[in-house]
Amino acid sequence: MTIVNFTPWSALAGGALIGLAAALLLLLNGRIAGISGIAGGVILPSKGDFFWRALFVLGLVVGGFIYQWLGVGSGVDHIEAVVGRRELVVAGLLVGIGTTVGSGCTSGHGICGLARGSARSLVATLSFMLAGFTTVYIMRHVVGG
Amino acid sequence: MNSFQQSVVALASGTLAGFGLCVAQMIDPAKVLNFLDVSGTWDPSLAFVMGGGLVVNALATPFILKRPHPVFAEGFQLPTLTRVDRKIVIGGLLFGTGWGLAGYCPGPIITSVSFANADILTLVLAYVLGTFLARYVLTRKF
Repeated sequence: MTIVNFTPWSALAGGALIGLAAALLLLLNGRIAGISGIAGGVILPSKGDFFWRALFVLGLVVGGFIYQWLGVGSGVDHIEAVVGRRELVVAGLLVGIGTTVGSGCTSGHGICGLARGSARSLVATLSFMLAGFTTVYIMRHVVGG
Repeated sequence: MNSFQQSVVALASGTLAGFGLCVAQMIDPAKVLNFLDVSGTWDPSLAFVMGGGLVVNALATPFILKRPHPVFAEGFQLPTLTRVDRKIVIGGLLFGTGWGLAGYCPGPIITSVSFANADILTLVLAYVLGTFLARYVLTRKF
């Protein structure tokens, strides 16, 4: 194992901002900031609460623009996918299907759910971590080894 | 239901989360994949992102939920399901496989639209399609 590009301080700061965003949404609107769940209600709306979800999703994009506009990032303006088009399509489909079937993603289960002490979120987080580690191991050290 | 204040909060919270994802560099899939590559080139940063978010929420959530109601809404809308079922495991495994394949989870997929190129738009469309199909099948009765 080699440790590369470890950035603990920006990671902690960014994580705290994401946590603050979730805490504000809960305190002010009474909603859980699960990104896949909020986006799901925009992609295929179910009840009459499309509008705030769309604004949250729009905010996620606006946050990226503000970051680039401030120019504080080092090289973050050159973000590129690191796998081919075919892998991106399969990955996007799996992430969309998986987070819908499993009722949440890294934010909803990994941050909000664990903070509430939810057993479902703990099992979900362990499941996607296990699959993530296994997939990278297979792609990098078995198939691409 | 959607008061002006609630709309402003939703936009601000999303913006803060998107900005935080950029600060944490989680919109760089190479960094995410290196986190998942423990036996190769390991980058522990993502654990600190989750840790930072988790600490803030674990401290704030109990105080927030002690309130009779949220500031701008009549009640808290928390997940009602508590049973650990097969769907939570299967969904987690499918999501994790996609996450490990390209290094993108939903937050970075959406925030990356601000860095959009053809590859990222392909990923976004696939994510939208996957979510649409799964929601359609799960919410509609045949």
